[in-house]
Amino acid sequence: MFITKYIKDVFGALKSLGVGMKRTLYYFTHHKEIITEQYPDNRETMHLPERFKGEVVMPHDEKNEHRCTGCTACELACPNGTIKVVTKFEITPEGKKKKAIDKLVYHLELCTMCNLCIVACPSDAIKMAQTFEHSVYDRNELTKILNNPGSKIMDGVE
Amino acid sequence: MWSFSKIADFIHEFLGSYLNSTWTMIAEMVIAGVAVIGLFALLGLVLVIMERKVSAWIQIRLGPNRVGPKGMLQSLADTLKLLVKEAMTPGGADKFLFNLAPYIAMIVAMLLMAPIAFAKDFQLWDLNIGVLYITAVSSISVISILMAGWASNNKYSLLGAMRSGAQIVSYELSAGLAILTIIIFTGDLQVSEIIKSQADGWWIFKGHVPAIVAFIIFIIAVTAETNRAPFDLAEAESELTAGFHTEYSGMKFALFFLAEYVNVFIVCAIGATLFLGGWMPLHIGHWTGFNHVMDYIPSSMWFFGKTFFLIFVIMWFRWTFPRLRIDQLLNLEWKYLLPLSMLNILLATAIAILGWHF
Amino acid sequence: MFEEIGTNAEGDMMINMGPQHPATHGVLHLVITLNGETIKKVDPHLGYIHRSIEKMCESLTYRQFIYVTSRMDYLSAHINNHACAMCVEKGMQIEVPGRAQYIRVIMDELTRIASHELWWGAMSMDLGAFTPFFHSFRERETINDIMEETCGARLTMNYMVPGGVMNDIHPNFQRRVKEFIQLYKRKIHEYDELITGNVIFQNRMKGVGVLTAEQVISYGCTGPVARGSGVSCDVRKWWPYEVYDKVEFNEVIETGGDSFARYLIRMKEMDQSIRIIEQLIDNIPDGDFQAKTKAVLKLPKGEFYSKVETARGELGVYIVSEGGTTPYRIKFRSPGFSNLSILHDMAKGGKIGDLIASMGTLDLVIPDIDR
Repeated sequence: MFITKYIKDVFGALKSLGVGMKRTLYYFTHHKEIITEQYPDNRETMHLPERFKGEVVMPHDEKNEHRCTGCTACELACPNGTIKVVTKFEITPEGKKKKAIDKLVYHLELCTMCNLCIVACPSDAIKMAQTFEHSVYDRNELTKILNNPGSKIMDGVE
Repeated sequence: MWSFSKIADFIHEFLGSYLNSTWTMIAEMVIAGVAVIGLFALLGLVLVIMERKVSAWIQIRLGPNRVGPKGMLQSLADTLKLLVKEAMTPGGADKFLFNLAPYIAMIVAMLLMAPIAFAKDFQLWDLNIGVLYITAVSSISVISILMAGWASNNKYSLLGAMRSGAQIVSYELSAGLAILTIIIFTGDLQVSEIIKSQADGWWIFKGHVPAIVAFIIFIIAVTAETNRAPFDLAEAESELTAGFHTEYSGMKFALFFLAEYVNVFIVCAIGATLFLGGWMPLHIGHWTGFNHVMDYIPSSMWFFGKTFFLIFVIMWFRWTFPRLRIDQLLNLEWKYLLPLSMLNILLATAIAILGWHF
Repeated sequence: MFEEIGTNAEGDMMINMGPQHPATHGVLHLVITLNGETIKKVDPHLGYIHRSIEKMCESLTYRQFIYVTSRMDYLSAHINNHACAMCVEKGMQIEVPGRAQYIRVIMDELTRIASHELWWGAMSMDLGAFTPFFHSFRERETINDIMEETCGARLTMNYMVPGGVMNDIHPNFQRRVKEFIQLYKRKIHEYDELITGNVIFQNRMKGVGVLTAEQVISYGCTGPVARGSGVSCDVRKWWPYEVYDKVEFNEVIETGGDSFARYLIRMKEMDQSIRIIEQLIDNIPDGDFQAKTKAVLKLPKGEFYSKVETARGELGVYIVSEGGTTPYRIKFRSPGFSNLSILHDMAKGGKIGDLIASMGTLDLVIPDIDR
């Protein structure tokens, strides 16, 4: 009785080890199963989904116009104080004073990509870009001004 | 045909024509020493890259593929890195023993090279108690591990060294008994004689069940003796960080690393010699045509082919199995392997006396 | 020349495992009292990754504080966010649209599978088998890709918002989830071949770290740790939220109480999660993915509590509101903390290898314990 159990143990153990070794041998010989992505080499073919949250950008059209009204909704929505909206007053052709943004300062080093500013923006002025290689040598480079120099607000955006 | 033994003869004659016999001997010893050190470095490089490639493919990765063609120079780059790293000695350590330990590990591995027949008639030292010499010298390696663990003055190292001591001492028993099975068949301890006895077939085929069982036990036991996973309790990365070589860095660490791989090579070479016929080509009965074709493959190719196959098997173990616990490790030896190998020896003796083996 | 190896007054060896140790998965610090290889005492020291998340949340509005909770138990980020969103909805009495409920539950279950996949690989690595880690990451990567496509991030998604989810699901979502289910069913038997059936693994796990039901209850353990000792505690079954009362699934319970029981629970839970997803993925109702909510959320004065089942156990969110835009006090009842506290009872009398094995089956995430 004891001997049969002993022998059964030994053969059961060897079988279970054999099953595992068969599985690893399969992967050793089937190189098409390899899933490594050779990252810096596949930059051209790499595909990031369009919703990927990489960094906040402000799209400008060809006339160097953006859609930001300077309402500071994004600044209020941000949990980390990542966005600072600096406003100025512009004189419209009709001679009225109108609030507009001077600078939209974005601190990438503080940003957690939570998407709350994008959701909060009433005029779709900012969006998430699919960039992710954010390393720089000087951290001051991470503080970005999102609106292009000399840019203006698009017509019809209030 | 090109062969190692012809080169050796040529060197011998060349030196003999210029020097008297004593100086010839000394010169040959120097050449052999340099060759062994060279082989060491080469083996280290080859085995490390082999292990990395084997593990990568098993783990559905690509493995090193940047340095040199297909990443083959990766281990050379790693060696360079280890050479320029600072070799630290911890403040509380026993400096003499701490620095001595890696060299002992290396020296043991070097001594074990002597009786191995790398090709036909190509052996450093064909002493008449070759197998006994191998078993005796290989048991010294535990001293280097104990020394390293104790001298580091680190608790993890100490635990690793103590585990390793218990492990190597117990697994030497079944490794020795497995070797003894073959010695019962051959009746000779000399390595060259053991290989010669396999001219008509390897012992794993000739020796019936006992030889196969002995071979399996031998592979398990030497995996444990060389501290390879699943028996890598001495370093047990997830338990003891790095075990006995936690405190080693730079070249001193590299020496331990190298000694591990060279030890793997040596035990596989011994396994190939005893069970798989060393440099003997594969001969099947009376198929003279087949046997002639096999004879055309150089003997060194046969030896290295068999050895590297066994090395692959040991690597395959490592990347498949989880690690054992220390008490299970000793259970496996004392409750399973040792009784089995003792029974096996009895069977082998019976077969040898009755002359049932071919 | 030689200093004595550090011992305590009784002559036992004290050893510091962590805060940087390969098996503590993060910055857990265990002070272990050893007698040779046998463990006499395990004393976890916490606080190496304390970021005062509860205090941080008190200064953020009800929309903002959710993103921080992704950083607690980062392996079940969706489920953490879900708990917070649910608590705010309870306070505001927001009715979540059916579509959002379905999406939330599918996301939760995908997160649970991803978390268990990672646990499987990491625990195997603790036991010295490195290959499973890479194999389980192949499946986990597929889930992460699905998350990335719909939520825009792979680990800290911040996808659940009060009132629903942030975006509608990606058009590819249903197809890719179904593909993942196919992949999972094709590959899951390999897990058993590699690890579950392995004799070394079974010997390492069976009879190790045994916990009785009394111990589990008295320490407040939840999740697979409690269910491994035969305690039924699945929040999804007992206090169903969202659509969990509409789907069929089993609460997996093992009575062994040892590490192997806890291991089996997680393996079977993955199958149950797949079962839930299969029932929901084709039946996502049309409609809004988010309820209409006010721009500024103000919870009425009072106390609100909600709990969910994360991959590790029961996560409770307790909000005290004074009626303002930010919570007065937030308390998270995290599963990892209670599960860790039982470690001493599990490991006492075992070997160092047992400690590693049973710690692996606790599935600890250190940021979840410290917060």
